[in-house]
Amino acid sequence: MSNKANKTTDKLVALYEDNKADLFENSSDFINQERKIAIDYFKKTGIPTTKNESYKYTDLEPVFANGYTKFFERQKFNVELNKAFQCQVPNLDTYTVLFSNGWFYEKNSEYNSLPKGVILQSFQKASKEHPELVEKYYSKIAKPNDDSIVSLNTALSQDGFFLYVPKNTIIDKPIQVINLLRSEKDLMVTQRNLVVLDENSSAKLIICDHALSICRFLTNTVTEVNVGENAIFDYYNLQKQHNLTTQLSSVFIRQKKNSNVLTNTLSLHGKLIRNNVSILLDDEGCESNVFGLFLADKDQHIDNYTFIDHAKPNCHSNELYKGILDDEATGGFNGKIIVRQDAQKTEALQSNKNILLTDNAEMNTKPQLEIYADDVKCSHGATIGQIDEDALFYLRSRGINEKEARMMLMYAFAHEILKKIRVDSLDVQLIDLVESRLRGEFSKCDFCNYNVKAANCPK
Amino acid sequence: MLSIKNLHASIDGKKILNGINLEVKPGEVHAIMGPNGSGKSTLASVLAGREIFNVTEGEILFHGKSIFDLNPEERAKEGLFLSFQYPIEIPGVSMVNFMRTAVNEHRKYQNLKPLSAQDFLKLMRDKKKLVDIDSRLTNRSVNEGFSGGEKKKNEIFQMAMLEPKLSILDETDSGLDIDALRVVANGVNKLKTKDNSTIVITHYQRLLDYIVPDVVHILYNGKIVKTGGKDLALVLEDKGYDWIKNGNY
Repeated sequence: MSNKANKTTDKLVALYEDNKADLFENSSDFINQERKIAIDYFKKTGIPTTKNESYKYTDLEPVFANGYTKFFERQKFNVELNKAFQCQVPNLDTYTVLFSNGWFYEKNSEYNSLPKGVILQSFQKASKEHPELVEKYYSKIAKPNDDSIVSLNTALSQDGFFLYVPKNTIIDKPIQVINLLRSEKDLMVTQRNLVVLDENSSAKLIICDHALSICRFLTNTVTEVNVGENAIFDYYNLQKQHNLTTQLSSVFIRQKKNSNVLTNTLSLHGKLIRNNVSILLDDEGCESNVFGLFLADKDQHIDNYTFIDHAKPNCHSNELYKGILDDEATGGFNGKIIVRQDAQKTEALQSNKNILLTDNAEMNTKPQLEIYADDVKCSHGATIGQIDEDALFYLRSRGINEKEARMMLMYAFAHEILKKIRVDSLDVQLIDLVESRLRGEFSKCDFCNYNVKAANCPK
Repeated sequence: MLSIKNLHASIDGKKILNGINLEVKPGEVHAIMGPNGSGKSTLASVLAGREIFNVTEGEILFHGKSIFDLNPEERAKEGLFLSFQYPIEIPGVSMVNFMRTAVNEHRKYQNLKPLSAQDFLKLMRDKKKLVDIDSRLTNRSVNEGFSGGEKKKNEIFQMAMLEPKLSILDETDSGLDIDALRVVANGVNKLKTKDNSTIVITHYQRLLDYIVPDVVHILYNGKIVKTGGKDLALVLEDKGYDWIKNGNY
């Protein structure tokens, strides 16, 4: 660790120590035990620097060095969130769950009527009301002592959502989690989510991340998902904050026999975004679809790290990330795939395609395959290029002006990811959103409409 | 309509066109024939405004105005259309969106209001019928997964939608079976009026059985070396390009 990183790490450890009483008071012994392991590991390893192979494209030290407020108790809301916030996606009928600054909004349950047996509640509450479920799954695949960002989350987190879907239960509508950030001071938010899908169940999660105030926000979110035998799980993350936000999102998924998972991470706006998607194919016959689209301009930075662990035979993973970088934006893609010795008949496909619109934009891409089985089919590929000049000329030769033609081609490039969305009308809505993003019309959110007043924050 | 005077063009410093002269009047069909590498496709690209080619000398007048200051989209809106030898596949751009944008850009240029969705779809339907193109093709992304013949039919469909004054058909017959060739030629003939003109660029005489030219030019080494009536194509078919290459014409 560098001196600077050391100092920042010490500051974060002090934050933990200073608020230990509050943290411990509201959590179960089990969770507090994990906190201790996590903070010890964090003390030892600290904020990951670019010397860490997994974080070589993203320097997190300056982000954490900025001073943030952190709330260790549930904040009172002075507005009715469900009235202040309305998602206006036409025809997108979802079970909606609102969050404010990482805390589960207590009135959520009043307007949800989920299928029988499904639990969707505050994680803090779930750890008290359903300790047997939480303790069986919490901190198991997102280990407290592996990635120090996850360790920090484990040490500091208090709330998030807990979703449990019982055996043979299909949730008829997607669950939409809307994370709202509102503050009058720069704020750090630590959110921890846990999802458990029992055998032969199905759920689709749409996570929408928004920042409503013009403050520096740092969110460090960890989501653990256990997908049972024959279960189907979709995870869409729409990241649309602003030029002062840092978003660290780590999703860990463990798949059981014949399960089917799709993740689609859509990074549309944020100063710095780092996504970790980690998938463990822990039994035979699993399918994983791991997709991502990222659009960045100005001095934004978006880094996607994926780790797909083929631990068992006869599984199929299909990974595609696409990015468009404009101005001085920078991006990273690191796609690690391990095929264990046991995992014969694995099929693992990976592709990362990028378009740089200027000479100053920069993209680093690194496929990383480790194959220990001999009867497998694996492929990987990465491209970094410009807009296809032949296609551009073709469109222009039909009378379409250059700007519009470029737009059509960028949009077409992005479309390959959007068409993989398995939720009706979400794809249509996102298509419009991506188009307006590409046109630079992004001062307001068209996806959702909120009327919470934005505040100007002191640093 | 079109007047090309002493046109010289090069790519990466390599000279391809070496002083082309060509006059096309309204209502005329001209065929430009020539062996591979003679500069046929370069001429088509230069006319359409492809920027990779460098015009070093000469001028091109379209309706009496030089087109060198016009970019490709402006040329298209002035009424110039290029049917590509190799139409580009553009996954993710739907034919409908592509054509609606193109048609409305043309209309804007002519100070006309954009077509309503209903009128546009009617126009699509009418033109599809006119050029006999499979309806399913226009429900897909531009040329994506189209066969060679389908791509060429799609070019003629686009031509029908945009109603150009001058169409340049670059090797429209290449890779077509005889049935597809007939459909494509039929489409071109149906779109023919006394006011619009066509330049057919081809290696083979075959297409000219279906699209009958008024004038035939032979292009060789970047120059038009012979001009004649439609019978010239038959002579060429009979004697082959060696006749030209050996300079015995």
